[in-house]
Amino acid sequence: MKDRFNLYRFASPATFYPLAGSLIPYFVAVSVVFGLAGLYLGMLVAPTDFQQGEGYRIIFIHVPASWMSMFIYLVMAFWAAIGLAFNTRLSGMMAQALAPTGALMAFLSLWTGALWGKPMWGAWWVWDARLTSELILLFLYIGYMALTAAIDDTRRADKAGGLLLLVGVVNVPIIYFSVKWWNTLHQGSSVNLTKSSMAETMLWGMLLMAMCFWMYSIAIALIRARTIMLERERHTDWARAVIAGAHE
Amino acid sequence: MKSRHKKLALIAGGLALLGLIAALVLNALNSNIALYISPTDVAQGKAPQNQLFRIGGLVKEGSIQRQADGVTIRFIVTDTENDITVDYKGILPDLFKEGKGAVAQGRLTTSGTFTAQEVLAKHDENYMPPEAAKALNDAHARGVEKQAAEEAAAAKPKAGY
Repeated sequence: MKDRFNLYRFASPATFYPLAGSLIPYFVAVSVVFGLAGLYLGMLVAPTDFQQGEGYRIIFIHVPASWMSMFIYLVMAFWAAIGLAFNTRLSGMMAQALAPTGALMAFLSLWTGALWGKPMWGAWWVWDARLTSELILLFLYIGYMALTAAIDDTRRADKAGGLLLLVGVVNVPIIYFSVKWWNTLHQGSSVNLTKSSMAETMLWGMLLMAMCFWMYSIAIALIRARTIMLERERHTDWARAVIAGAHE
Repeated sequence: MKSRHKKLALIAGGLALLGLIAALVLNALNSNIALYISPTDVAQGKAPQNQLFRIGGLVKEGSIQRQADGVTIRFIVTDTENDITVDYKGILPDLFKEGKGAVAQGRLTTSGTFTAQEVLAKHDENYMPPEAAKALNDAHARGVEKQAAEEAAAAKPKAGY
């Protein structure tokens, strides 16, 4: 068994902890590079829009944050399913580590959307399907964090939280397809895997910002995961060694 | 079957069931989730009586008029099949324009017009520089002209018979 490359090895906190620690600086650096490039393209190179003028530029934050808020939830639900089925220690920690970032992205999406909606639509908020389902996503994140924080036994907290994550996952396709399925004030998708209805520089600016958000989310989630690992495994030999090393 | 495979199957089955339930519920709530109804829905009598609701569609070209009182704006919302005349007193959003989307909340009057309390602009998902939009518009106008010319040419010989 020892000779074979084994993915399960990384499911052990003792090996994951140092690996995550060495990866974090790279994700941070790449995030900064993508962010600077994306902001440069989006704010300085991309043209003015024919109907929304300069105001459309909030899209470079709004869309990446919205994508991230949905994607992080899917990743958390994936970890929840793995955790419930295989009883792995790492999966609960990963879901825990991702939750605040997901909530932040959902909040950013709603907040920038409100700032964008007022000048363009004429309203900060409408109860249309897209906006309402995104609000529910924010509540799911907050609910997950509150639920797991309320249960002292971490294994039970992970299980209860995981169940909530899995039930809530139906909301993600509802958010994504809401603008197709129902009459909404929110416009349809400008970009999907096969086509885009944006000018090219605008699209590239947005994709670079999306990459920046991805890398940021991975970096911050790994930082948080390391803290959670140390806290939960503080009675084990490897964690003691790490903590002792930090105090030297 | 190992217990973890059983669990995985249970999770997958549970998710599938949940998805089905959600789909059925959303389908049943379809009309409640829609933010607005179209002028055609109103023409078919689907509009709620004595209750606020929203209509949505395109603002008809050339239909925006300021009324004699100086504050009321009258315009026509159309879905190309049916039209509704809307009266509105208040500030219109910047993107409210003829030929563009709009959503209005209000009530139907007995005369069949719609009195709006709130008018929102609905923009589309296209983002491009003004020059590109102009080029598209011009090309569209040329296409329409060409089509009209062709139709006129096709109609002439028939008239000759």
